[in-house]
Amino acid sequence: MSVFQFLYILAAAGFILALKWMSSPATARRGVLAGEAGMLLAVVGTLMRAEIFNYEWIAVGIVLGAIIGAPIAIFMPMTGVPQRTAISQACGALASALIGTAEYYKLHPHGFIMGALIVETLLGFVTVTASIMAWGKLQEVLPGRPVTYKGQFFINMAVLAAAIGTGIFLILNPEQAQFYPVFVILALTFGVFLILPIGGADMPTVIALLNSYAGLSACAMGFALDNKLLIIAGALDGSSGLILSIIMCKAMNRSFSNVLFGGFGQVQAAVHGTETRPVRSATPEEAAQILEMASTVVIIPGYGMAVAQAQHKIRELADALTKKGVDVKFAIHPVAGRMPGHMNVLLAEADVSYDKLIEMDDINPEMPNTDVVLVVGANDIVNPAAETDPTSPIAGMPILDAYKARTVMVIKRSMGVGFAGIDNDLYYRPNTLMLFGDAKAFTTSLVKELAAA
Amino acid sequence: MNYEFGLYVFMLSAFLGFELIRKVSPLLHTPLMSLTNAISAISVVGAIMISGEKDVPNLSRILGFIAIVSATTNLVSGYMITDRMLKMFKKREPAAK
Repeated sequence: MSVFQFLYILAAAGFILALKWMSSPATARRGVLAGEAGMLLAVVGTLMRAEIFNYEWIAVGIVLGAIIGAPIAIFMPMTGVPQRTAISQACGALASALIGTAEYYKLHPHGFIMGALIVETLLGFVTVTASIMAWGKLQEVLPGRPVTYKGQFFINMAVLAAAIGTGIFLILNPEQAQFYPVFVILALTFGVFLILPIGGADMPTVIALLNSYAGLSACAMGFALDNKLLIIAGALDGSSGLILSIIMCKAMNRSFSNVLFGGFGQVQAAVHGTETRPVRSATPEEAAQILEMASTVVIIPGYGMAVAQAQHKIRELADALTKKGVDVKFAIHPVAGRMPGHMNVLLAEADVSYDKLIEMDDINPEMPNTDVVLVVGANDIVNPAAETDPTSPIAGMPILDAYKARTVMVIKRSMGVGFAGIDNDLYYRPNTLMLFGDAKAFTTSLVKELAAA
Repeated sequence: MNYEFGLYVFMLSAFLGFELIRKVSPLLHTPLMSLTNAISAISVVGAIMISGEKDVPNLSRILGFIAIVSATTNLVSGYMITDRMLKMFKKREPAAK
């Protein structure tokens, strides 16, 4: 056994420990350290391998990558974390796809290796364009609403089938190199088509799924290069992405195929939206009084809080109420925001203690005993239609039972529908008060009112 | 039958991954995704192999170089932002009574 093989085994152990230590906030930073050490050992081990002759290109490449990567990590605002993940996934997948392509042109391999190369490049190229599309939607360079058209499902399936078909042909006839670019273009096209029908609210699932693809692509590379470390790291990443997307799907009571091909929210948006049922609204002054009188307050943040950058003001509000003896907690829905756990990161950034961030299943039993629920920029995840209306597109989706609280206050710009395009019955309930305005501005005035009182 | 061995490694790591990830609190799902995203930059190993070998055709060398740059971008930004996020997760002690 050579030295590099030994280092690879240590690197694999580092990755496993990294995931193990991520299980709790107390050990999570140690986990990152283990992951970094693992990666360092992997790179050092590879550089020590006898096959490596040219170090100049490698050194330049690594320095260049670090120069691009570090500023992204340092300056990216926390609201931009989903976008960064998407673009970072595109980078990783691009690397994997290009390595497969380079191997193909170098060796024209046969049999099992060629099969692994095709899997690697297919997943890689699909993930590249899909991640860039996801980035575009998250960054709102592209429309966030689903883009659907007649026969979309069949066109997507046809492109995928053509890509797989060309791939199989290449596995059987590796010398037919003129077909390889066709295969690449088909894979890239499928990546674009895959994301077109997906709306903003489904992004948590999709980002997790693409994460899984990037990992599996690295895993297939491990088979092509006969490298166990790549297989292990890729499989860990692949299973992680898959399990997260399953959790996200469950949290929306939807299946994978429904998320990927559903075109969620298109039809319903046209039906509702013109409704003019009466609602009750309140001024910041009135709202502040109600909050002050409460003994328990649960704040439910949603993507709107991220858009309005209101997390710091929300924390000030929570502090002001805590000072007045009110028990304040945050209820976090698994799919609130644009990626798994998005709200937790934003509130942690705003310095909210993480033991105040309560998961859905733990907070729901407390809802009937809660004096005031304050909904900030969330919509579908508190829509009682999920429980009461079996014909609703979100029927069966687990929600935060905000409507069971004694008083519900909803900060919202207007009566517009949410990302799923569904009207929210919560707003018309007798115990609901609408607080119209920008989430940040309204919270600021609430804090002022509380300070004055 | 080296591939058979590889498939065993894959199967065991996938199960291990499932078990480990299931234990991660939803609180940390975003940093977890950043971390696994950074780990998937392990493809930098393959990129180094392609770029560093003797007598590689120019096309493969160029592709390998681009792969090193993008994998390192993925790796560096992934680990750094994960740590930046985790630093923010703090438990504030309740004020003394």
